Amino acid sequence: MKDSISKKNLKLARTLLVVAITMFGFGYALVPIYDVLCEWKWIERDRPDDIKKVPEVAYTVDVNREITVEFLTVLNESTPMIFRTETKQLKVHPGQYYTVNFYAENKTNKEMKARAIASFSPALISQYFEKIECFCFSEQTFKAKEAKTMPMRFVINPEIPAQYKTITLSYTFFDNTERSVNN
Amino acid sequence: MSAVVDEHDHDHHADDHHDHGPAKGLLRWIITTNHKDIGTLYLLFALTMFFVGGSMAMVIRAELFEPGLQFVDPAFFNSMTTMHALVMVFGAVMPAFVGLANWQIPLMIGATDMALPRMNNMSFWMLVAGVLLLASTLFMEGGAPNGGWTLYPPLVLQPITVGKALPFAIFSVHLLGISSIMGAINIIATIFNMRAPAMKLMDMPLFVWTWLITAFLLIAVMPVFAGAVTMLLTDKFFHTSFFNAAGGGDPVLYEHIFWFFGHPEVYIMILPTFGVASTIIPVFARKPLFGYASMVWATASIAFLSFIVWAHHMFTVGMPIAGELYFMYATMIIAVPTGVKVFNWTATMWKGAMTFETPMLFSISFVVLFTLGGFTGLMMSIAPSDFQYHDTYFIVAHFHYTLVPASIFILMAAGYFWLPKWTGHMYNEKIGQLHFWLSVISVNILFFPQHFLGLAGMPRRIPDYAVQFADWNMISSIGGFIFGASQLLFLYIVIDTIRGGTGEKVSDEVWEDAAKHGLEWTLPSPTPYHTWTTPPTIVPTEHVLDSH
Ligand code: HEM
Ligand SMILES: [Cu+2]
Repeated sequence: MKDSISKKNLKLARTLLVVAITMFGFGYALVPIYDVLCEWKWIERDRPDDIKKVPEVAYTVDVNREITVEFLTVLNESTPMIFRTETKQLKVHPGQYYTVNFYAENKTNKEMKARAIASFSPALISQYFEKIECFCFSEQTFKAKEAKTMPMRFVINPEIPAQYKTITLSYTFFDNTERSVNN
Repeated sequence: MSAVVDEHDHDHHADDHHDHGPAKGLLRWIITTNHKDIGTLYLLFALTMFFVGGSMAMVIRAELFEPGLQFVDPAFFNSMTTMHALVMVFGAVMPAFVGLANWQIPLMIGATDMALPRMNNMSFWMLVAGVLLLASTLFMEGGAPNGGWTLYPPLVLQPITVGKALPFAIFSVHLLGISSIMGAINIIATIFNMRAPAMKLMDMPLFVWTWLITAFLLIAVMPVFAGAVTMLLTDKFFHTSFFNAAGGGDPVLYEHIFWFFGHPEVYIMILPTFGVASTIIPVFARKPLFGYASMVWATASIAFLSFIVWAHHMFTVGMPIAGELYFMYATMIIAVPTGVKVFNWTATMWKGAMTFETPMLFSISFVVLFTLGGFTGLMMSIAPSDFQYHDTYFIVAHFHYTLVPASIFILMAAGYFWLPKWTGHMYNEKIGQLHFWLSVISVNILFFPQHFLGLAGMPRRIPDYAVQFADWNMISSIGGFIFGASQLLFLYIVIDTIRGGTGEKVSDEVWEDAAKHGLEWTLPSPTPYHTWTTPPTIVPTEHVLDSH
């Protein structure tokens, strides 16, 4: 009788331990699950990776509408770079193409891999903001002390709902040298 | 011999000390596998941490007494908010309930001990190791973690917010997690395998039921939290990119994983609270608990729902409308089983022959003030409104109402309720009542103004604030100091009761007709070192009368 109870206890404990370990794995499984849910737009409106290169198509320019686009540049933590935009603010017509130049410089004496991540406010408009050319599409390599002027060409889709009058686009440069997969 | 004997007794059956009393000396407390000893260790440890975490809260309220920076620098202030939360959640409230479980579950279900006594000892000492590791970060270069108890990246990964402390804090979370999982496994095994044969599942006291469900929650979500902090660790030191945007990760992912743990975690702290309240109220209302079966089902459905509402903590991260709506309605639904519980407690008291000893006073104020916290929760569950409340003092007020005059008050009530049983001594009722009235008044002076501050827009986790918030902050701080000081009365009562209390001899039942409500009151007072070596054959059914 005694033995059978402690055997039962151990068996149950082992089963529960397996459940706990499985749940640890489930925590990691949430990473790919999250990616899928984001793709289906269930729990995330837009992510950096959603901002993809699109081909240049001719829209009819809506000259009656004017939208203010503001550009922000940010460096993550203490990324050793200089990063600024040549245009801080631009009034644009939906459907018309514009190019804005950004300036970035590696302040170190070593080669650096850096990645710029975009973020929009209000977040919902990212689907109307179409980029034809951008330094943010991929990782950038900077040689020691190298400085670059990088163009970003975009258009605002004329279907953008009428309530949007100001859009803020912020870029953050991350020093990716150590975790780059392209080393 | 009895049908239920633990492996420990089996190993040492020739050793008289083990069969009839505790080992002598200090070593007893280190090597003990007796559920009552371990319960005592947990409870005393939790009480100590309550005062450690409380001192941190006093630093916070002192700094916020007036606008401007007075006593501490902002980084240390943020360490205090972070550590206060971690110490209270993982060092005080959770261990206190594990302590109560250790003492009470075997007594309530007629078992000799916990199912796995050696593991029980291990989980206690692992808790101590985890909390000491966490506390050691206070003395490290750069100070303790100060990015908030939720440990959000990228903030928590930045050098300025972690110093050298992050890996230590993370290992500490691992230890605390393993400790609670072991505790939970033990509780489940005890309830399933060690119950007196006469006790059916639907005869179990609600404290046992709520702990059973809580233990499953713990096993399900503590490992997820362990995984999340491990990802933080590898992001920081091994260049993974789970949460690093530049590497294709997403900091919002952390919030989802954290709150998948975090929301059930808040129920891990409240479900045993419900269980204790459901135990105390019928005794002092001298009526069976109203709606026993509905209490069990309400507990189970709250636990289930707690898995599917986590994103109400992140309404502002930019979810699609459908997501916002889903999490909003799912959260609101929790109010239904919670309402059932509040209704049942009230109905239990309805037309009862009530008396108002200290445990009952704390329990009644729990019902009232927890409901208030539930209401603010309901307000915040409305997604568009939450954009206003989020990250303000309103939410600080919400969760302190659900934790302090709820979980903490019920822990106090449990102390007053069972200490006479455990020690055989009566506590001083006058001082108990004084403790209650000081606590219940000051807790409202402390937290009620924080609703106003939050609605007026004062953000949480800041050491300095705009002058228009000055008045209510000062009032809140005054309430805080009174509340903090009043708790010393509780410390005094605990020590005094252990040492003999009023000197009045308590009966086995302690409270009038308590034996109708629970098995533990049929045992002698003080509770002998070994109990239920022969399992009880009759179990009290007063508490389940309604459902039979
Ligand atoms: C009717 C039940 C409840 C509802 C509807 C509810 C709802 C909410 C919501 C919507 C938030 C997020 C607010 C925000 O960040 O803007 C929140 C936060 C919180 N709730 Fe509740 N709640 C309920 C009960 C509880 C209980 C019982 C506890 C604890 C025992 C609790 C503890 C907390 C904590 C700790 C937070 C804040 C976490 C943090 O950000 O640090 N809540 N609650
Ligand atoms: Cu929640």
